[in-house]
Amino acid sequence: MSDLRLSEVAVAYNGTTVINGVDVEVPARSWVALIGPNGAGKTTLLRAVAGLVGYSGAIEIGGRPALGMSRRRLSQLVAFLPQRPIMPEGVSVADYVSIGRTPYIPYWGTESAEDRAVVDDVLERLELAALAHRHIESLSGGESQRAVLARALAQRAEILLLDEPTSALDVGHQQQVMELIDDLRVEQGLTVLTALHDLTLAGQFASRLVLLDRGLVVSEGPAREVLTEERIQQHYAATVRVVDEPGAGLTVIPVRSDSTSRASLPEEERTQLWR
Amino acid sequence: MESNRPRARELQATRVGARMMIVVLAAVLGSALLGILVGAVDLSIGAIFAELADRVPGIDVDSGLSARDTAILWELRVPRVVLAGLVGGMLAMAGAAFQGVFRNPLADPYLLGVAAGAGLGATLAIAYFPGQSEWPVSPLPLAAFAGAVLGVAVTYVLGRSAGRPHAAATLILAGVAVAAFLTASQTFVQQQHSETFREVYAWILGALGTVGWREVSLIMPYVVLSGIALIFYRRLLDVMGVGDEEADSVGISSARVRLAVVAAATLGTAAAVAVSGLIGFVGIIVPHAIRLVLGSSYRVILPLSLGFGAAFLILADLIARSVLAPAEIPIGVVTAFFGAPFFLLVLSRSRRVA
Repeated sequence: MSDLRLSEVAVAYNGTTVINGVDVEVPARSWVALIGPNGAGKTTLLRAVAGLVGYSGAIEIGGRPALGMSRRRLSQLVAFLPQRPIMPEGVSVADYVSIGRTPYIPYWGTESAEDRAVVDDVLERLELAALAHRHIESLSGGESQRAVLARALAQRAEILLLDEPTSALDVGHQQQVMELIDDLRVEQGLTVLTALHDLTLAGQFASRLVLLDRGLVVSEGPAREVLTEERIQQHYAATVRVVDEPGAGLTVIPVRSDSTSRASLPEEERTQLWR
Repeated sequence: MESNRPRARELQATRVGARMMIVVLAAVLGSALLGILVGAVDLSIGAIFAELADRVPGIDVDSGLSARDTAILWELRVPRVVLAGLVGGMLAMAGAAFQGVFRNPLADPYLLGVAAGAGLGATLAIAYFPGQSEWPVSPLPLAAFAGAVLGVAVTYVLGRSAGRPHAAATLILAGVAVAAFLTASQTFVQQQHSETFREVYAWILGALGTVGWREVSLIMPYVVLSGIALIFYRRLLDVMGVGDEEADSVGISSARVRLAVVAAATLGTAAAVAVSGLIGFVGIIVPHAIRLVLGSSYRVILPLSLGFGAAFLILADLIARSVLAPAEIPIGVVTAFFGAPFFLLVLSRSRRVA
């Protein structure tokens, strides 16, 4: 069971500080979402956890410091999916997914029967078995996101880092992918840390939100505490309404900033709880 | 419930099947036999087989060939065919490795300054050390080899110091700059020694005309080492297909893989270039033809490039020395003249399928 703990993590690119002393705790089997405007440092923080960028401070995985781990060991514990994964041309879905087995395969070796069994399992679980022989670049957006997720699952890492897993998808596929991630989290005991732009989805699926702005954590907690209209105005410079619809969770609705129609909403909607 | 869907282990396009093994072996042996058979002097196929069998320890066959014919067979044709095979296999394999490690379909083994470095080395040797025949070891291949390795080393050191995020592209750009500089130097030397023009030009176009067993033994260790090293990296080249960052995130070091593959491919290519000059196009069309027909896994492309590259260059050399016999066409002209239309054919066919 692996929890993830970041303390005083700082990252600088060429002398420019991008992350400025961040503490984040992701309890085992939970889902935490990093939110914040563009350039807040969400992606950089995920990359630091994945060991892809140098940092100061400490990152602990299951109580053990990540800094001393080999790349191979780290990738057995942490799977990272970038926002726009590179899809190699002419590679079948099965072969693509088997790239996730790399941390278990000897450096110059090739997949064992066990590796292939894991790939089969994952393909089956994500309903990709029928597409296993298709070239990865020929998949639709939703299928290709599932294939990428399958590659991460094939890594059999307990910590899943996802950078904007829904950014290229329509609303239906966004929902499907988020639900799938949540099912997998429960089923396989995964600890999930995602960067998300969609605040509504973040609030619906993550148990805690961490709001980053300019490399600092400015708010942290359950969606109801973090997602307030003032805070979103302050950090995103966005005018939104946050609606707490019973049964639907928190919904963040952008409002045209020059709109004068705020008062013209139907009476029954105005009686609902505004925050 | 037992699923009757195909399992991943059966779907993998990452293995060279038995049938493909037979095809590639047949291509190599067939082209080699043809290369040995065809020449100015007619040698019967039966006599050639007898001669070959005679060389197997414990078998004694009289081929009936005269001493002169035996010399033609063993000192001219066989070493030339073997060398063409080694050079072709090496160039095709190195080209495939470069395409993989740089994720760039236009990469060829000369990408990082091998060609320009070898060209400068060869030109210097021709300009300043004429009369090579009196030397115990010919300086030309040594100078070409040193120039090629040096060219890539300079490219790597300069290209690596730049930013990490676009490591592959930075390296390619450094290669372009280094190649331009070395080519300018080579042109300058050549202009100062205009008498070398013909010899340098012939070398640049590539030739296997003056080779013997010495050249074979010169490049054999490099080709074997480089080939073994590249085959070791075949799966990691597949992993590199997802880009540096994602490759790193599944536990490998893309920078280290790239360095190892570039080093191995460069040593082999430099050795090949040293004895044969700059034979273009093999490193691009052979791996791409394989890719178009059999998919894009380097576990298939690398070993097959070795075989089909060898067969391709043996045939190209055969054409180069027999079409205008007794004159020879530069082999680089043949590889492009016959290779380009063949490649376009494969390209258009595969598009129809896809």
